[in-house]
Amino acid sequence: MASEAKSEPHPAAQLTLAGMLLGLRRVSVLMPGVIIFAVAFGAAASAKGLSLFEAVMMSALVYAGVSQLVAMELWRPEWTWGAIVALAFVTATVNARTVLQAASLQPWFSRYHWFVTAFQLSFFTDANWLVGTRYHGEGGRDVGVVLGAGLGLWVVWVLMTIPGHLLGALIADPRKYGIDMVMPIFFAAMIVPLWRGKRAALPWIVSGIVALITVRLVDGYAFIIVGALSGAVAGALLDDPA
Amino acid sequence: MTLPEPGSWGPYLAILGMALVTYLCRISGVVLMSFIPLTPRVRRGLAALPGSIVVATVLPLIERLGLAAGLALLAAIASMVIRRSELLALLVGMGVVSLMRAAGF
Repeated sequence: MASEAKSEPHPAAQLTLAGMLLGLRRVSVLMPGVIIFAVAFGAAASAKGLSLFEAVMMSALVYAGVSQLVAMELWRPEWTWGAIVALAFVTATVNARTVLQAASLQPWFSRYHWFVTAFQLSFFTDANWLVGTRYHGEGGRDVGVVLGAGLGLWVVWVLMTIPGHLLGALIADPRKYGIDMVMPIFFAAMIVPLWRGKRAALPWIVSGIVALITVRLVDGYAFIIVGALSGAVAGALLDDPA
Repeated sequence: MTLPEPGSWGPYLAILGMALVTYLCRISGVVLMSFIPLTPRVRRGLAALPGSIVVATVLPLIERLGLAAGLALLAAIASMVIRRSELLALLVGMGVVSLMRAAGF
């Protein structure tokens, strides 16, 4: 059905405790994966010589798992301004996907005071983007769902960095238990609730093909943003009514 | 005048730099879109965006992570089609990838 047709104004920009609890419940399936990921990050950080304080500070302030692990590859005992800027640049490329994720929910977020959005987005990650997208697709409009999911994961992420750092090398290879697959599986599963028929999936095919080409040509994580943008452009052009 | 070297503040400045750019990534999508009028065309582009992000993230990962990962993702999607439960899909996917990796794939 045409979803644009039913865009009645929602007078109240909702942010309720009930919504936050719903978000927490929806994201809870990811908790075991996030715990193990946080522990793995803590262990990598201690192996690279970060103090416990530094590791926890990074988890609390950055709160973006993949970019934190990539940062451990680039971490060094001595810092120059150049190295700091280089690390920030790599971090930006890894996290560039959140630009598009937040953009996709902007028509919803724009109903709120800018302060609410600026605060809520501090906790914006893959996981609560997926939860929020699914919830919004079902007709939900309470941004507490996004905030509750993000805050809940943030608390777990920060706390679980500690045992990881303390136990360090005792942690077995998370790959063995398929933990590296938690987010990819959660992403892939989203295809089903997002499905709106073959025609609406054409931009996804464009996105996938462009991403596969980009991953061969460019190192790093550019493939996500290049592929997804191509899909959005295809969606904007393709569906033009005659 | 030149900046003094970061010295012992280096690790903290590195973390703050990461935090700053990550937050800018988080808010800039919303900020940019607030300057773009929501024409029907832009709306259609935004509607295509979530699925495009999902596909662009996952498809190259299958290539990187191998056959076991690809089958695990397919199994998870199949599970979602049959019963729409993320938890079940996660368990099915993790089960498939663990079994296949244990079997040496």
